Amino acid sequence: MAVLGLFLVLAVFAPFIAPYDPIFQDAAARLHAPSPAHPLGTDNFGRDILSRVIWGARIDLQIAVIGVVFPFIIGTTLGTIAGFFGGIVDVIFMRVVDVVLAFPFLVLMLSIIAILGPGLGSFYIAMALVGWVSYARLVRAQILVLKNSDYAVAAISLGFSRSRVMFRHLLPNAAAGSLVFVMSDAVLVLLNGAAISYLGLGVQPPLAEWGVMVADGQSFISTAWWITLFPGLSIVLLAFGFSLLGDALADLMGVHE
Amino acid sequence: MHRYRFVLYRPLQFLPVLLGISIITFVLVRLIPGDPARVLLGSRATPAAIANIRAQYGLDEPLWVQYFYFIGNLGQGEMGKSILYKIDVLRLIATRLEPTLALVLSSVAQSILIAVPLAALAARHRTRLPDHAVRIVSTLGIGFPPFWLALMLIILFSVRLGIFPVSGYGGSLTDKLYHLALPSLTVALSLSAVLTRSLRAAMVQALESDVATAARARGMPESIVFWRHVLPNSLVPTVNLLAVNIGWLIGGTVVVESVFALPGLGQLLVRAIFSRDYMVVQGVAMVFACATVLVNFLADIITVALDPRVKL
Repeated sequence: MAVLGLFLVLAVFAPFIAPYDPIFQDAAARLHAPSPAHPLGTDNFGRDILSRVIWGARIDLQIAVIGVVFPFIIGTTLGTIAGFFGGIVDVIFMRVVDVVLAFPFLVLMLSIIAILGPGLGSFYIAMALVGWVSYARLVRAQILVLKNSDYAVAAISLGFSRSRVMFRHLLPNAAAGSLVFVMSDAVLVLLNGAAISYLGLGVQPPLAEWGVMVADGQSFISTAWWITLFPGLSIVLLAFGFSLLGDALADLMGVHE
Repeated sequence: MHRYRFVLYRPLQFLPVLLGISIITFVLVRLIPGDPARVLLGSRATPAAIANIRAQYGLDEPLWVQYFYFIGNLGQGEMGKSILYKIDVLRLIATRLEPTLALVLSSVAQSILIAVPLAALAARHRTRLPDHAVRIVSTLGIGFPPFWLALMLIILFSVRLGIFPVSGYGGSLTDKLYHLALPSLTVALSLSAVLTRSLRAAMVQALESDVATAARARGMPESIVFWRHVLPNSLVPTVNLLAVNIGWLIGGTVVVESVFALPGLGQLLVRAIFSRDYMVVQGVAMVFACATVLVNFLADIITVALDPRVKL
């Protein structure tokens, strides 16, 4: 919680906390090692690493949150419908899930981003197209069990509409497991977003994003290690925050993976 | 032998999945904007030359006709020609297969060597210091971006210590292994973080199982209980975990190959996306997807072979 809170504060108050402009290029201060003036050093354009890391929190946090929200909404909705109706809807649905799952996640993401063109928007669309599958599977399995429970049968026999039973009665109970999964998924989304940006297909320079920063520093690793070290550490720390929150949620809700 | 009957009919269930894979790869790749003929000939090409290339590669036909060409050719083991490399996609993939396969296999072997002892240590000392240490390290490890981990290992082993090469692939076997050391260590470390977490849970369960309790009741020392009963029982979960994480593993190799300029399938895919080499993107995505299906099938067979109770 504390870790996530820290990054949230960094992201929201980036303009006030960051000592320098993250994209300001200072030709006189190129490739400076960490010093009191630049606590985490500067890169090959003379940009302050600390400021870029702080501004990067905005984009990377946004990647993790938006990259999870859409798959979650789409996945739980489709999973509920498939699990509730069963029959041919369910069969077709499961086949689609099988096919999407057959592709390695990153390979399918890269292919979709190749079509849409590089950029954050493409990344979010690709996430939504690929990421919903895991949520749909989780929720569907839950719904299959829950739809025979007493309260569901009671609600149906009371003559409530199918959509009311599905989304008001079943979904809230089925979503607990998915909520825990959201946290571990946020880690994956964050890593994938950073990896895709690192490959040059996600966030575009000069915007400060941690994956892009690592890529920027790659040519200088033998002389200026600080350019790559700190943005990477930020990813690790943020991911750790999500994992811890996920574990805490799992304990709280009594869900076991 | 009837337990193995699924080996015969399971491949039939793969057919719809394989069909789906072919449709997705085909549609995906054809939707990519930009005319590959123009990419191939450069910006100064004449319209006639472009039309000629389009006809030669069948790019001027309607999409669904192109799909049937694609399926028909696939049946004959043809995946079309790479526009950039000017050779058959299948031949191209075959030349790039070795580094990727070597990377995957050596990473899996290393990650098992890392994850099994760590998980065992944690499970045997549950809720005590070693357990907490292993859990924190593996939770942290899951968040390590492979591309960054790779660069950190380069800083440590190549720049500082000068032991391993920064990039490329070797000619002879020893040279190849030497070049694979850092890439495979990177992938192995990322994978073992995932493995350790799940394996620890499986071992904790095995330690509390009736088998283990019965063995203890017969007066067996804890170490023998562990080696004879707990460890063999966590083999099946390990195999299944590896199969489940094959997508994660392949994603890792794609990124890591790009970092180390390893001439494997992952690097081929990334370059093909940048140069809009349709047929290659299609071929590689398809090979990766089929590999995933195949690995899961193999994992099922191994599970049945290892555990007589399992019926599929």
